[in-house]
Amino acid sequence: MTQNNPAIAVDQLVKVYKTATAVDGISFALEAGSITGLLGGNGAGKTTTIATIMGLVIPTSGRVSVLGVDMARNRHRALHRMNFESPYVEMPMRLTIRQNLTVFGMLYGCDDVPGRIATLAEELELTDLLDRPTGKLSAGQKTRVSLAKSLINEPEVLLLDEPTASLDPDTADWVRGRLERYRAERGATVLLASHNMGEVERLCERVIIMKKGRIEDDDTPQHLLARYGRHTLEEVFLDVARGRGEARQAAQ
Amino acid sequence: MTTQSIAFSPRRVAAMVLRYWYLLRSSWARLIDLVYWPTVQMLMWGFLQLYIGENASFFARASGIFIGAVLLWDILFRGQLGFALSFLEEMYARNLGNLMMSPLRPTEFIAAMMIMSLVRLAIGMVPVSLLAIAFFGFNLYSLGLALAAFFANLILTSWAVGIFVSGLVLRNGLGAETFAWSIMFLFLPLTCVYYPVAVLPPFLQYVAWALAPTYVFEGMRALLIDHVFRVDLMWQAFALNVVFMAAAIVAYLRLVDSARRQGSLLAPGE
Repeated sequence: MTQNNPAIAVDQLVKVYKTATAVDGISFALEAGSITGLLGGNGAGKTTTIATIMGLVIPTSGRVSVLGVDMARNRHRALHRMNFESPYVEMPMRLTIRQNLTVFGMLYGCDDVPGRIATLAEELELTDLLDRPTGKLSAGQKTRVSLAKSLINEPEVLLLDEPTASLDPDTADWVRGRLERYRAERGATVLLASHNMGEVERLCERVIIMKKGRIEDDDTPQHLLARYGRHTLEEVFLDVARGRGEARQAAQ
Repeated sequence: MTTQSIAFSPRRVAAMVLRYWYLLRSSWARLIDLVYWPTVQMLMWGFLQLYIGENASFFARASGIFIGAVLLWDILFRGQLGFALSFLEEMYARNLGNLMMSPLRPTEFIAAMMIMSLVRLAIGMVPVSLLAIAFFGFNLYSLGLALAAFFANLILTSWAVGIFVSGLVLRNGLGAETFAWSIMFLFLPLTCVYYPVAVLPPFLQYVAWALAPTYVFEGMRALLIDHVFRVDLMWQAFALNVVFMAAAIVAYLRLVDSARRQGSLLAPGE
């Protein structure tokens, strides 16, 4: 796929909840195989944008397509080719890891569910835990299970909502490494919403910064750092969040 | 590698049934709960019937109408509850987001919940019906073909109500959970579980005849008192159930659509 036929295309997306505008006319397109960070403070519209990409939310106006499928109308044509991971959506606690992955493997239409579970368990170091109830795992182990679920169907499009939130630095680094490896091996398109600027800087080749439902900036991390005259994405983010971006760019 | 059907997939239905089976299997509290209340109800109404039967010739002649009614009522009530509970388990587990983002289609989700309501009913009602034989000599299975007709009509109504309630919970969050537990009790007086329709005031009789279970309970009394199986009542109940079921599925799909517009699938909460 090229930029003319992107993996994810968001076109003039608007979402209004009653009187509150969550997303206000944003557009972007993500090339197949790219990894993009979606940054923004609380209430910036990131979650609504990701939910609309998954077809969980119907836009007020505008269009979202994934792998060429209109997600508001035909999301079931694309859902088996994508997946999602978030620490805020949990897996059934009483079921063992193996049981949970079996259920999701079947839901996603995996051909060889036991084989896929064995492969993922080995890659994500879950083999010894497979028959343990998911509710009895540590936060880091739960994140690995959630990651295994999100990779069960070898998705072409992977949406991640703060995948390393509440993890210790070592585990978070390990998760980032796995995501990088999966993307490199499978050529998947990844959209990552995160508050962790270091994570975005390390993983993403493109960064979209949202504020109050709009896209405030959209560029590579290197170009953003250069344009804002900053050393870290965190400083760039703070400039954008506090409205200093335009002034600083003008001064540059 | 995945092979994925975008049409109705029995495999995805099986996945959901497996998910609920794993849950039931792992929880003795859930299993006991399935049997506990039907047993208590059956014993209470059974002993009441024994007492009344010893003192009133009508009840002596029509033995089994209370105990039969309570067993059939439990099919209706537990069928709906079993359906809705599967749905509520997803809300409690905060797993609905994973399901809604998976290829699982609404119709497959509904089919899985129907199957689970049958599984839950079997676990709860089979032991209780056997206890009814042991304690009171009332053999529900001796109703034969009539029992099959009663069961089919009651379970269809319970599913229709369960589908509608699940849609309400999906759209409005756990604040609507109370409907899952209580909505069927509205049917208890109106469908004339323990008394004939003629007992109701005339305007309520119209309401009663608009509800499919009324035909079943009238049919049960006709069978136990007059020893006549009213096939006509069963067909009328079935026709009403077809209407209720279609209306419930349309309502469910519209409530899902509304939830997608309101963003309530994002964080289905209180």
